Amino acid sequence: MADVKIVTKNFGVPDMNRMEVALKHDAYRALDRAFALEPAALVDEVKKSNLRGRGGAGFATGMKWGFIPKDAKEVFLVVNADESEPGTCKDRELMFYDPHLLIEGIIISAYALRARRAYIYLRGEMMREHKVLVRAVDDAYQKGWLGTERKTAAGPFALELTVHRGAGAYICGEETALLNSLEGQRGWPRLKPPFPAIKGLFGQPTIVNNVETLMNVPDIVLNGGEWFAKLGTPKSGGTRILCMSGHLNRPGVYELRMGIPLREAIYEVCGGVRGGSQVKCVIPGGSSMPPLDASELDVPMEFDALMTDPRIKEVEVRPGVKFDLGGGRTLRTMAGSGGVVVMNEHTDLTKVCWRIMKFYAHESCGQCTPCREGTGWLERVTRRLAEGAGRPGDLELCASIAHGIAGNTICPLGDAAAWPMLGFLTKFRPEFEAKIQRAAA
Amino acid sequence: MPLAFSDHARRRIAQTRARYPTAQAALLPVLHIAQEEFGDVGDEVAQLVAETLQLPYAHVHGVVTFYTMYHRHKPGKHVLMVCTNISCMLRGGYEVLHHIQKRLGIEPGQTTPDQTFTLVEEECLAACANAPMMICGENYYLDLDPQKVDQILGELRQRA
Ligand SMILES: Cc1cc2nc3c(=O)[nH]c(=O)nc-3n(C[C@H](O)[C@H](O)[C@H](O)COP(=O)(O)O)c2cc1C
Ligand code: SF4
Ligand code: FES
Repeated sequence: MADVKIVTKNFGVPDMNRMEVALKHDAYRALDRAFALEPAALVDEVKKSNLRGRGGAGFATGMKWGFIPKDAKEVFLVVNADESEPGTCKDRELMFYDPHLLIEGIIISAYALRARRAYIYLRGEMMREHKVLVRAVDDAYQKGWLGTERKTAAGPFALELTVHRGAGAYICGEETALLNSLEGQRGWPRLKPPFPAIKGLFGQPTIVNNVETLMNVPDIVLNGGEWFAKLGTPKSGGTRILCMSGHLNRPGVYELRMGIPLREAIYEVCGGVRGGSQVKCVIPGGSSMPPLDASELDVPMEFDALMTDPRIKEVEVRPGVKFDLGGGRTLRTMAGSGGVVVMNEHTDLTKVCWRIMKFYAHESCGQCTPCREGTGWLERVTRRLAEGAGRPGDLELCASIAHGIAGNTICPLGDAAAWPMLGFLTKFRPEFEAKIQRAAA
Repeated sequence: MPLAFSDHARRRIAQTRARYPTAQAALLPVLHIAQEEFGDVGDEVAQLVAETLQLPYAHVHGVVTFYTMYHRHKPGKHVLMVCTNISCMLRGGYEVLHHIQKRLGIEPGQTTPDQTFTLVEEECLAACANAPMMICGENYYLDLDPQKVDQILGELRQRA
């Protein structure tokens, strides 16, 4: 079963993003099957499938759908197509090559949620994808897949789908910031609770799902939740896209079996490191996730394994003191967005760390003091480290700033800066120390 | 003459407005339409959008300045968005950026005196597997190196 492709199954088909081609390749075939079921039965099927969100948190999709209140009058489905976590480049390709699979997934999911309006929140910079998506949506209206009432087990159903372009702001990928942005406001995250499933877009129950997540839904309907669950590991169904970038011979976007060991992805799938060099460091799931070192490449690339596998060292606040994620849980790393960045032995990690801090400092929305001030401070200290002007005590300073941010902010962007900072210091401390010593000499 | 939308833009705005339950929700898309129409979203354009959607000007202004894609001043004909985030940095993203700076004689954030190019240093643009890269309008320029950049700048100049 190693080679099952779901969300990239049509990548080899030329012009798959055109309706006439898509229809020859079974697009919209899952709709009849879905509409023959009650919405609740569809939610059950997705629960059975063990589909987990591909946007970053890996939350169980069926369970999230189950949070919509039974008596909700109006429900919205919002597709998170804001892809902007550094190292992540899958949703853009998925939408460009196979927009009809996404639209089909949206229609089925909206029906399961009893949502009559859905929005695709597309990252503003993606002009090329915008054109393709708008054409695909227009064609789906023409063909009557959208906007036209269809008979279903739960009565007549028609979905209105709108492509909504963002305007440049990483924070709008965070689901509550996204909802504010979609309402025409600044993209400031909201305090949770209430969660969007209770009070989301325009104050109504709302489900936000990632592009890749929803593109799995048609095949779950066609082949059954059990089939999907069996493809994966016991608690994560289906396949997983890894966006493989950095110093690789064959970087690319690959749909792989869930839980493939990182080493296999690097050496078999991507042909190893360029120039025959060794791996020094890997970011396993977008820049927000603590990095792995060369001794940690045998872990399965799966949500739970990356959080709990004892072969991955626990992130520390300072040598010997483990970082507390809350409730006594420790932090290893996470599968995040599937963005895998591989660095060779010649990489200056102080520079990589600085570039990551620069990103978060730039993207902090400024609502919470620890994040606004802390990310700026981290950027300045890591910059001087990277430039070879680090001072004794700078590592302790970085650790204490990061520790002060983590867990003390409205949204997880603060953690997203703090975790990799602490992760680099935990695993690559000698390199950082050596750089400071060289500066002093 | 006071600023006004063309009939074409007005039709697009009406269609856009109809997709949302509130006028405010149409703000981002209408600002995009306005920028396509006028080239920037300076104060006068923001005022026009506020009137068109019947929203407070202060709200529109707050939104325009929050997002990076609304230009307060008219950019050059070609806006080069060059990624320097990690995957691109590891494969020469800064070399590409600096090469363009040298060729055009401008810093990131600036526009060439002939209004042909605006250079922007970007965060990850979701094409990391083809790093380093840049976007110009609807075009992606992937797996870049200085030679490729020279060729692309030449082609864009011809189109100017
Ligand atoms: C700072 C930040 C940025 C995020 N960016 C994205 C993004 O670009 N795309 C995405 O799908 N999810 C992103 N997320 C996760 C979303 O908040 C949300 O969990 C996700 O869209 C839910 O969909 P899923 O359950 O299908 O994964 C981000 C989260 C945070 C905290
Ligand atoms: S953590 Fe940072 S990005 Fe998130 S709401 Fe607070 S200031 Fe904004
Ligand atoms: S890091 Fe440059 S496109 Fe992602």
